[in-house]
Amino acid sequence: MKICVLVKQVPDAAVDKRIDPATGRLDRSGEANLNPYDTHAIEAAMQIREGGVTPVEEIVAVTMGPAGSERALHKAVSLGADRSIHLSDDALAGSDVAATGYSLAKVLESENPDLVLLGQQSDDGECYTIGAVVADHLQMPSLTQVVKMDLADKVATCERQAEYGYDTVAVELPAVISVGDAINEPRYPSLKAIMGAKKKPLDVKAAADVGIDAGKVGVDGSQVSCGDFKAPPSKESGRIIEDEDTNETVAEIVAWLEERKLIA
Amino acid sequence: MSSVLVYALHKDGVINKNSLGAISEGTRVAGELGGQCDVVVVGGADLTDETLAALGNYGASKVYKVDGPEGLSQPVIDAMAQLIKTNGYSNALFGGGLLGFEIGAGLAARLEAGVTMEVTAIRVENGKAVAERPILQDSQISTSTYRGDVGIIIGRINAFEVKETGGTAAVEQLPVDFSPFSLKAKMVTRGEQRGADVNIEDASVLVAGGRGLGEAEGFKMCDDLAEVLGGAVAATRAVVDAGWFPYAGQIGQTGRAVAPKLYFAAGISGAIQHKVGMQGSENIIAINKDSNAPIFEFSDLGIVGDLNKILPKLTEALAAKKAG
Ligand SMILES: Cc1cc2nc3c(=O)[nH]c(=O)nc-3n(C[C@H](O)[C@H](O)[C@H](O)COP(=O)(O)OP(=O)(O)OC[C@H]3O[C@@H](n4cnc5c(N)ncnc54)[C@H](O)[C@@H]3O)c2cc1C
Ligand SMILES: Nc1ncnc2c1ncn2[C@@H]1O[C@H](COP(=O)(O)O)[C@@H](O)[C@H]1O
Repeated sequence: MKICVLVKQVPDAAVDKRIDPATGRLDRSGEANLNPYDTHAIEAAMQIREGGVTPVEEIVAVTMGPAGSERALHKAVSLGADRSIHLSDDALAGSDVAATGYSLAKVLESENPDLVLLGQQSDDGECYTIGAVVADHLQMPSLTQVVKMDLADKVATCERQAEYGYDTVAVELPAVISVGDAINEPRYPSLKAIMGAKKKPLDVKAAADVGIDAGKVGVDGSQVSCGDFKAPPSKESGRIIEDEDTNETVAEIVAWLEERKLIA
Repeated sequence: MSSVLVYALHKDGVINKNSLGAISEGTRVAGELGGQCDVVVVGGADLTDETLAALGNYGASKVYKVDGPEGLSQPVIDAMAQLIKTNGYSNALFGGGLLGFEIGAGLAARLEAGVTMEVTAIRVENGKAVAERPILQDSQISTSTYRGDVGIIIGRINAFEVKETGGTAAVEQLPVDFSPFSLKAKMVTRGEQRGADVNIEDASVLVAGGRGLGEAEGFKMCDDLAEVLGGAVAATRAVVDAGWFPYAGQIGQTGRAVAPKLYFAAGISGAIQHKVGMQGSENIIAINKDSNAPIFEFSDLGIVGDLNKILPKLTEALAAKKAG
């Protein structure tokens, strides 16, 4: 079986994310890293391989992003992927969710995987939806937010929490599954794996290499445009106490509760 | 035609409240666009014509009933794509929730249309719907404008108010040719509760615990505090998924929405999906060791510190006060 894992490079958690007023897009100038949610998808692929029930020939990390996104791919490889693909083309810049999903689907089409795994959300885009877009283009069944997955006989039995409680769904492969962060505890890469990551094959592909219709991507090919950014209505900020002397902190909380008549 | 098509989620024939809100909002938007609001519902014999006609009370003109599996996205994408292609709706609208995200996104792929998620407000400008969405942890609001014939809008949970207008909708059975891949995911069990049945909706004080409690046993500290405060204990999805707390006590997008007098958050980061279930609380206190935790953005009192140190002492102080 071949597993493709979709990964994204996002601004590091410590970076204060903001919209660049000049371009109307996310400012990506600061430190960047592999989207933490995607490490769960890589770990899920590794656990299938190591579980031994379903032989896994290859795990391929795939990203679409500007030059520099290799960093996320190296990290993905250090966590267990065998090789990686970087879809990078100026024509793709500014693609919306639908155009991004379409582009990724074109890369995946050329790889012909049995299973596509991805993270529940990107730390910067927070769209939760790339998986559903990709699945429709690949004409594969799909499920998001999966927190337990058992694979047997080309069927993935998946559990996830939806609006009424936990659902169990049997999904026939090939399929596109986005995993929730409760599915596993991702491993840390070994020093050897980190050192070796740059030596593993990394293919850079342009839009035309995978047959992407340039009219359907980028700013002009996207069907939705975001702009007119504004600050949300400001809310009076609350009081913050740094706990230095816990007895004092507790006394302040008690006084605060009393003032508001919240003590039974 | 500038009409709006809404998907209504249900379980066992009872329509989801967020979907009713979406129908109300769809009706309002359709009114401004000069069209009507129609609804798609997918299910089996549990869906009665009466239930469906009653959606007219929220403004629906026509309700299309599709025989198919409920709780999965792809059959609904087939149904909605078919309707949009034949009737030419200008917008598809979802009330939020997991399935709304999956259907809306899949529909965008199918129709090559634009999609916006987590939408909190819709306006009509120049004869077209535009959608507002908070981004970057709610620090900014961006406005989506759509090109093409169809704009897809996925609401944030609880964003659209349910409004009863009176009236009944026409109900029509809609035959749909499902794509072969749409039937390759099969529901085995739906809506399993997991864990004890706890009642959090009636409590005027809630002490909610998150992953910061460290382990399931950490909830003991919440139980003790809740007891002296005369409240109940609730939780985040992270700890419910981890099996530390029953699902019935979960607050947020895929859990309950609450608005107690006091919401005490212990070891909770304050993710949007949690916030949407508790932001209506009258007073919010949060303890978190990370001063950058988003929960402090919407707390009335924020304590930056270790809950293991603070919670037991606080409980003790409150107990002493009560006794004395
Ligand atoms: C579609 C979807 C639906 C979702 N639905 C829900 C939902 O209904 N409800 C929900 O809650 N979430 C939901 N989530 C998940 C949500 O995005 C967050 O992942 C979740 O709320 C995080 O839970 P948490 O705050 O307990 O954990 P974390 O985000 O891990 O936060 C733990 C916090 O504890 C703090 N901490 C750690 N140790 C200590 C200590 N000793 N003292 C003090 N503080 C400490 C940390 O600083 C951290 O901020 C959903 C997500 C998606 C994508
Ligand atoms: N540009 C991208 N390249 C590769 N994978 C992506 C990209 N954007 C999103 N993804 C994947 O889709 C998941 C959900 O992202 P999102 O829909 O943006 O919240 C992420 O966790 C990634 O696995």
